Amino acid sequence: MEYFLQQLINGLSLGAIYGLIAIGYTMVYGIIGMINFAHGEIYMIGSFVALITFLALGALGITWVPLALVVMLAASMLFTSVYGWTVERIAYRPLRNSPRLAPLISAIGMSIFLQNYMQILQGARSKPLQPILPGNLTILDGAVSVSYVRLATIVLTLALMIGFTILINKTSLGRAQRACEQDKKMAGLLGVNVDRIISLTFVMGAALAAVAGMMVLLIYGVIDFYIGFLAGVKSFTAAVLGGVGSLPGAMLGGVVIGLIESFWSGYVGSEWKDVATFTLLVLVLIFRPTGLLGRPEIEKV
Amino acid sequence: MSEPMLKVSGVHTFYGAIEALKGIDIEINAGEIVSLIGANGAGKSTLLMTLCGSPRARQGRVHFEGEDITDLPTHEIVRRGIAQSPEGRRIFPRMSVLENLQMGSIVAQPGSFDRELERVLTLFPRLKERIAQRAGTMSGGEQQMLAIGRALMSQPRLLLLDEPSLGLAPLIVKQIFSVIKEINREQKMTVFMVEQNAFHALKLAHRGYVMVNGKITMTGSGAALLADPEVRAAYLEGGH
Repeated sequence: MEYFLQQLINGLSLGAIYGLIAIGYTMVYGIIGMINFAHGEIYMIGSFVALITFLALGALGITWVPLALVVMLAASMLFTSVYGWTVERIAYRPLRNSPRLAPLISAIGMSIFLQNYMQILQGARSKPLQPILPGNLTILDGAVSVSYVRLATIVLTLALMIGFTILINKTSLGRAQRACEQDKKMAGLLGVNVDRIISLTFVMGAALAAVAGMMVLLIYGVIDFYIGFLAGVKSFTAAVLGGVGSLPGAMLGGVVIGLIESFWSGYVGSEWKDVATFTLLVLVLIFRPTGLLGRPEIEKV
Repeated sequence: MSEPMLKVSGVHTFYGAIEALKGIDIEINAGEIVSLIGANGAGKSTLLMTLCGSPRARQGRVHFEGEDITDLPTHEIVRRGIAQSPEGRRIFPRMSVLENLQMGSIVAQPGSFDRELERVLTLFPRLKERIAQRAGTMSGGEQQMLAIGRALMSQPRLLLLDEPSLGLAPLIVKQIFSVIKEINREQKMTVFMVEQNAFHALKLAHRGYVMVNGKITMTGSGAALLADPEVRAAYLEGGH
């Protein structure tokens, strides 16, 4: 029972991270119908920015942990947003009216470019970080211990999800975004600056990926320029699993994949956890191609 | 006479290599209802969309209230006071009726939402009953009311209506045309309307244009066009 709880909590925190990245995939797909394969790299950049910020703060003598964390988070979200915005601007917008394959290739190119860019800038060796938030919360008389970092990840993700859901469903910005998702041309006819909304979508997705990048840095304490690839593919899987285009779906898909990985590692062995994840993806695509919460394409016109 | 509100001069629009509009000249004066009639595929809807810059005219100019709007982005054009209820209605199916109307008020004056909502719901009481319903689940007629209501929410000075009567029951058609007449008279809104229902459209309009194969072939007062033997033969008696 204790072991199960332990894996459950590990899985939830991992799933939260996948979910945060998956939202970027799902939102971009929803609005311009393309898979942004460079999104994993955006997450990787978020991770690096957080690390660099921490080291810079240390060099300035700022070591008070709460302040350091807040500054790391803010810097990471800010810089990563700029990257997200720029990627859309140079790699996707000029291809807006091209055949669907063109932006896809462009995205893959962007992904390779960003990986190499970071490798050249920061070196290929993996970068360690000492635990900033050490310590565990023990429950059930010490049988289950949850590191504060994982707990913080779950809580922060939950808060972001609630905030984000309100933003999308209740604000005029969210409404404009949903309108663009349903009919960009009509949204333009009503006075929505569609290009601006698309840019904002990339910025929001990037900011959430930055949070995931920072939390991964804090949990595992080591990053390299290549972490974006596997995390990107898995989060993409999470988005498909939940139903591409659906925000709650992305979150649910992330959690499901996090739990599968965690339980598979805990009970079967960690060697095959990726096989388990991707087997699930194949099964979902065969039996429920619209994903768990995806909407079937039936609409009265 | 003063400058027309909308002046379209020599506009050519293409879809790829196909020339859909072959040099259109149209003028619409403030306060008028102008109807554009013509057969399927004549280019009527293309003209309305070209006025909003989507697709853009390849040749010719569009002036609105003296300003050249030909090359402005669509969202800037509608900000000048033009609203459209487009071909196919294009309501947002996965939004509620209220949200669709809120989308309509993006370029409206701040603070006008409640007043305009009230006005639209008075014009179309049906929408009031359905206010929280997902728009995609409504009937065609209700969706048409929503599309027109949404266009009215921004309080445009020029209202573009694409086939407001398409696919509607005769009773609702009558109702919609009386609403158009009412907003023109009460709110002094200028209306440019594309219609296949030539009889109703010309009866309502101060002036009309006839379009054939991407060209304007005839123009005159609504009554004159209604009485014209060629118009009668092509759009009123024949083919129905």
